[in-house]
This record gives sequence, structure tokens and C-alpha cells, in this order.
Amino acid sequence: MDFKDTAEEAAFRKEARAWLKANRLKKKEMSEMTGMEAAKLWQKRKYDAGWACITWPQEYGGRGASPIQNVIWNQEESKYDLPQGVFSIGQGMAAPTLMMWANDDDKARFLPKLASGEEIWCQLFSEPAGGSDLAALRTKAVRDGDEWVINGQKIWTSGAHYSDYGILVLRTDPDVPKHKGLTYFWIDMKSPGIEIKPIKQISGDANFNEVYFTDVRVSDSQRLGAEGQGWQVALTTLMNERASIGAGGGGAGVASVYKLAKEVEIDGKPAIKDPSVRAKLADWYCQESGLKYTAWRTLSALSRGETPGPENSIGKLVGAPKAQDLANFAIDLQEMAGAIRDPKLSEAAALYQETYMSIPGLRIAGGTDEIMANIIAERVLGLPQDVRVDKGIPFSEVPTGS
Amino acid sequence: MNFEFSEEQNLLREQAQGFLAANSAPAVARKVLESEADYDESLWQKIVEMGWTATVIPEEYGGLGLSYLELCVIAEELGRAVAPVPFSSSVYLATEAILMAGSDAQKEEWLPKLAAGEAIGTLAMAEGAGRPTAKSIQCEVADGKLSGTKIPVPDAGVANVAIVLAKSGKRASLYLVDMDQGSKTAVKPVETLDPTRGHGQIRFKNAKVELLGRAGKGMDLLDALLDRAAVLFAWEQVGGAQAALEQAKEYAMGRYAFGRPIASYQAIKHKLANMYVKNTLARSNCYYGAWALNTDADELPLAAATARVSAIQAYYFASKENIQTHGGMGYTWEFDCQFFYRRSKLLSVAIGSEALWQDRLIDAYEEHAA
Repeated sequence: MDFKDTAEEAAFRKEARAWLKANRLKKKEMSEMTGMEAAKLWQKRKYDAGWACITWPQEYGGRGASPIQNVIWNQEESKYDLPQGVFSIGQGMAAPTLMMWANDDDKARFLPKLASGEEIWCQLFSEPAGGSDLAALRTKAVRDGDEWVINGQKIWTSGAHYSDYGILVLRTDPDVPKHKGLTYFWIDMKSPGIEIKPIKQISGDANFNEVYFTDVRVSDSQRLGAEGQGWQVALTTLMNERASIGAGGGGAGVASVYKLAKEVEIDGKPAIKDPSVRAKLADWYCQESGLKYTAWRTLSALSRGETPGPENSIGKLVGAPKAQDLANFAIDLQEMAGAIRDPKLSEAAALYQETYMSIPGLRIAGGTDEIMANIIAERVLGLPQDVRVDKGIPFSEVPTGS
Repeated sequence: MNFEFSEEQNLLREQAQGFLAANSAPAVARKVLESEADYDESLWQKIVEMGWTATVIPEEYGGLGLSYLELCVIAEELGRAVAPVPFSSSVYLATEAILMAGSDAQKEEWLPKLAAGEAIGTLAMAEGAGRPTAKSIQCEVADGKLSGTKIPVPDAGVANVAIVLAKSGKRASLYLVDMDQGSKTAVKPVETLDPTRGHGQIRFKNAKVELLGRAGKGMDLLDALLDRAAVLFAWEQVGGAQAALEQAKEYAMGRYAFGRPIASYQAIKHKLANMYVKNTLARSNCYYGAWALNTDADELPLAAATARVSAIQAYYFASKENIQTHGGMGYTWEFDCQFFYRRSKLLSVAIGSEALWQDRLIDAYEEHAA
């Protein structure tokens, strides 16, 4: 056990640090373009120099780096305020799924463009009738020669409006039990018959969409995995989704709230001197630190070539409520001014107010807290499944509320 | 970077687990619980024979000269087994204090005995309710003689040597006290929440003492000692929390209600999932603490407090929800759930409470951030 860099790791860190210092996107450059343009420029710059998706094999645009090197790279990159986010679904979920299930031609065609940020992917899983119970999805694909014809509706699709491609799960056989009648495809988001409508969230933003499919045609060559194997393929995506959502945090952390608690006062003294403030910060620090080192321990498993396991569910299950509680607390520390959301008037440019309004979504996205707890209970601890009234019966005969 | 125990350390874990499963069944703890004994002497002797008390003591003092990572492995397994032995007092506290601050002569006198189990050591700091400070303590050394009362002191009744926090003038120092001084070091047993671990009151009356470390530096030495001990206590707590989770799981799988195992109900599943989450976070913090302790890293105060706070919380949660999962049976004397519940609280106040360690955590965080 050694939490410090080895000589090789230190050399790698030095190389990464030097490249970042020389090549990072400067504030001035970013100020002259949209967020999307800045993100694409930064990603391409990294790609051209071999610093994009560094754990991927070289043939797909990576550099075959180890998981530990990836940690080092992320530590160094996160020291700068650089654009990120728009590529996370494609690189974090679509790419691992393609790597495991796509044919060699498609891998060669799509993975380098995913790494370079030239093409953006979205994930089309959830439906109005299939959220936590994802396998209850209804959007159907009917075979027509070498093609499939898709009709139905997806929902909560982040970034559908700016994505070039998507991964999706469809019902190809309604007459078998629900998990067995699904098939997985990739799709060109510009295909005729796709209609995208933004959904306004409680935060006021519209990061995700409803996506309607009317007689949309995909080639059978776009199928990932066998017909009826869609659930199994989807699990590859989902485990990577939980790993990548868990890695984020949603802005407010102990470091920023600590800073705030030094600035605001309680009874004429800095809030950080107040024992109840200290106790709360200590608890959140324990969670942040515990998550960090849990992720690091998981790396050891990844280093041995294992895929992310259900243990990753812990990151999102702990991280999202923690960010919510931290934001809630940081707003309280500001007393009445905590109500102000105007970034020009609020502490930390309204970081806590924005976090407060965005976190409810994170506790639901990619599996609710409750689903995460079920995954830990069933797949990590091995507890029996709940009684399921839909088990073993054809999907078309499962009771529904509509 | 490498975040795993070595193969040898994992082998030690297996060996320790096997040994304790065979020699420290709940029946052993129950025997101590239901008797006047302070500990299980036969288990202690076997632990000494395994060399565990000698783990980190250098070979020149009769120890094995192993690393703190090995000691963390042993601590976790002792915690899992809820072993009724004075290991934490003698090894994490007394041995550590002497290793850290003892003179060559003190090391030569006591370390070989502590390593060989010929002596049991302890730390005497509390004097009733509240946090001991240089201001609050009454125990005092004058003309080289210690007088005053310490309560509660773990393993007071079996300790041959005690490290005592006492003042001399206005400042506090640590003293090394040979407990074989008759009425000058009088011990009275004290009933605690966890009778599987003996505790007592020591009344010092003109007891002969030796200064341990520099005069007047008692609070600083105590802080440094507790940082080191906190990591080891945290591993014990994590071991206990894991065992409580396993016990709850086993019961929930076998207990049927309304025609199915209670482990299939979400109310129970989420309870156990929460135990797993808290245990995992605490364990990961303990890894960091183990590394910091083993390398004497600058981060030790922060790493130790983080491990300690999360381990206190994880063990408390796991031990109380284990009883809850068992329903009425979990509340009976006959069932073993009580051992974890008792031990978790005992360990949570053993070297300072959750609140104290939360405070120390933020102190260390501020130091680190500065």
C-alpha cells in the first residue's frame, strides 16, 4: 500500500503537468466562443497530442494508459477550469459499450471521433413508462428485411439536441418476459422520423429532452449484441453510467463550504468556530474522502482488467445527497441572503443555489437513490429480489397503469 | 500508487481470521460478560504466542519489526471477533506511547515485556466526565510522586504498567507508572457498557513515576499518540461493523415473514445497503489512515481523524441496525447482537468521542488547507 507516486508515476505526472501548462485552453480563448465550441476545441487539442481518453487503446485514439495514470491525469487536468461534460455520455457510456459489443469496423469508425470530440453521443434508454423499471420500456422495433422500424418515445435524453449519434434499447419482442424481448442499437440522431423536444427542469435549464420516433429506420448492422440480448448490453452501459455520474459531484464540496464558513459569522465569530458547523463539515469530509479512496481502491480492480462492478453505485448514492445537503447548509450559512440566486449578488456566484436546484435531478438520473440501494443490496450483498408480479410472464400481459 | 494490502498481509488476515474463528467464538466473549473477569486469559495467551503483541516493536526490543499495515490487519480481525482481550490498551496505547516518547532505558525495560505478553499496559487519561485537558485534570505529580484518581481506565485491573496524563505545576506531562506499587496504585473495577472489556478506577497515592517524553509536553504527546491509536481503533471498529452487517444479513436471509425472507423487503434491503455504504466509506478512509500511520505522513492527523469519525459512525449504525433487523430476538441476552452494540459504544468513546474527533478533523483540515 502506497498512496504516493512511484518514480514512473511521478514522471508521468510531470509530463502531464508540463503539457497542460503549455497547452491548456486560456480564459481569453474561451471568452471568445460558445461553451460547446470551447469544449470541442479543448477535446481536439488533447486528442491531437494524445491526451484524450488516455486509457483507451492507441488505435482508438487513446494512449493505452493505466487506470492509475488516468487518476493522475484527472488530478492534473482538474487543477484548471477547463470545459468538460458534453462528451461524458459518449466517452463514459457509449464508448465502453461499443468497445465490448460493436464490430471492428464500427469501433474503428466511431471511437476515434468520440475521443476527439468531433462527434457527440447521447443515450436513449428511459421512457415515460420505463424509468426505475427500465426493462418495462415500450418503444418498439419491428424487423423489415435488413432493417428495423422504430416507433415510440424516449425521455430524459441528455444532450439529444446536440448529439450526432445515440445508443438505444428497444422492444423487439413483446411476447416474451420483459428482459428477454429487448435489443440494443446505435442510431444516427439525424435519421428521418426523429423529433426532439426539450424538457424544462425545475432549475430553469433544459439539459434533456423527449425524443419521438416515427417510422425511423435503422440497419440491422447497427445492432449491438444479439436480438433479445439488449438487457445484457444495457448493463454494460449502466455500470459505466453509474461510475461516471458518481465521479462528478455537482459543484458544492467541503472545500468551498469551508471557505464560506470562514467568511460568514455566527454571533460575531466566524461560522467555522461553531461546533455544529465543524461537526457537519467533518461528516461531509469523511464522505468525500471515503468516496475518493473507495474509487481509488476500485482502480486496483480495474488495473487487473475487470469491468466496473455494482460497487460503483456507492459513488452516486452518497455523492448526490451529500452535495444536496452541503448546498442546503451553505445556503443556511448565508441566512436571509441565502435566498438570492442572482449570480451577481449571491455568494460564490450562486454556486449553492444552483447546486440546490440541480441536485434533485442528479439523485434521479442514472438510477434513483432507491434503485442504487437495491443494486447494492441485491448485487453486492446478494440479498433476494423483491417479489415481482411481472416475472416470467410475456411483456404484453404485464399489468400497467395506462 | 497502490491501494491494496500485499499478498503477505492478506495471508496474515486469513490466518488471523482462522485463528480467531477457532479461539474467539462469541461464547468466549459471553464467558467474560457473565463473569467478573476482565478478559479471557487463555485467548490472550494464544494471541501473545501468535506474536501479535510484538508486531511493530523493533527486533532489538524482542519484537517482530513488522509494519503498521500488519497491525491494522490484526486490529480489524480482533474487532470482527469482538475479542475480549486488553490488546488495544497494551498495544495501540501503552506500547505506542513508549515507542514514541520513551527513553532508551524505558524502551529496554518495557518493550520486551510488552512484546512477550509478560506485561500488559494501558493509558490512563480520563478523570470522570468531560475531555481531559491540562486545565481540567486533577492528577498531579509533586516531588516525583503521583496522586489523584483516573476513571475509567481500560484494563486497569490487569495492567502492569500505565501511561498517565498528570500535571506538574500548570502543565501536563505523560508519566510511566509501574502498577505494582500496592496501595499506591489501588484499582477498583468499574462496570461499563461493555463488560467483555475490563475497566477500573485507579487511585494513585504518592505513586512512584517516571517522566515519559519531555516535561510539560503531555498534551502534545497525547495528541500525537491518539492520532496513531485512532487509526488502529478505527480498523477494529470497521472489523466490528463488517461483522455486524454479516450477522444482520445472515439473519435476514433465514428469517421469513409473510411467506418470504425479510431480506427481500426493501425496508430491510436498504437498511443493509446503508450499512454497506457506511462500512465501505469508513474502510476506505482506514486504508488512507493505515498508509499515513505506516509512513508517518504529514497527513496523519487528518487521515486519522477521518478514519476515526467514519468508523465510529459506521459501527454505531451497523450495531444498532443489526439488533433492529433481528427484531425482538436481537434484544435478548441470549442472542449475540449485544456484543457489537456494546463494543461499538465503548470504542466510540475510548480515545475521545465522535464530537471530539470531528473537531480534531476540522483542526487538521484547517492546518492542511493553510
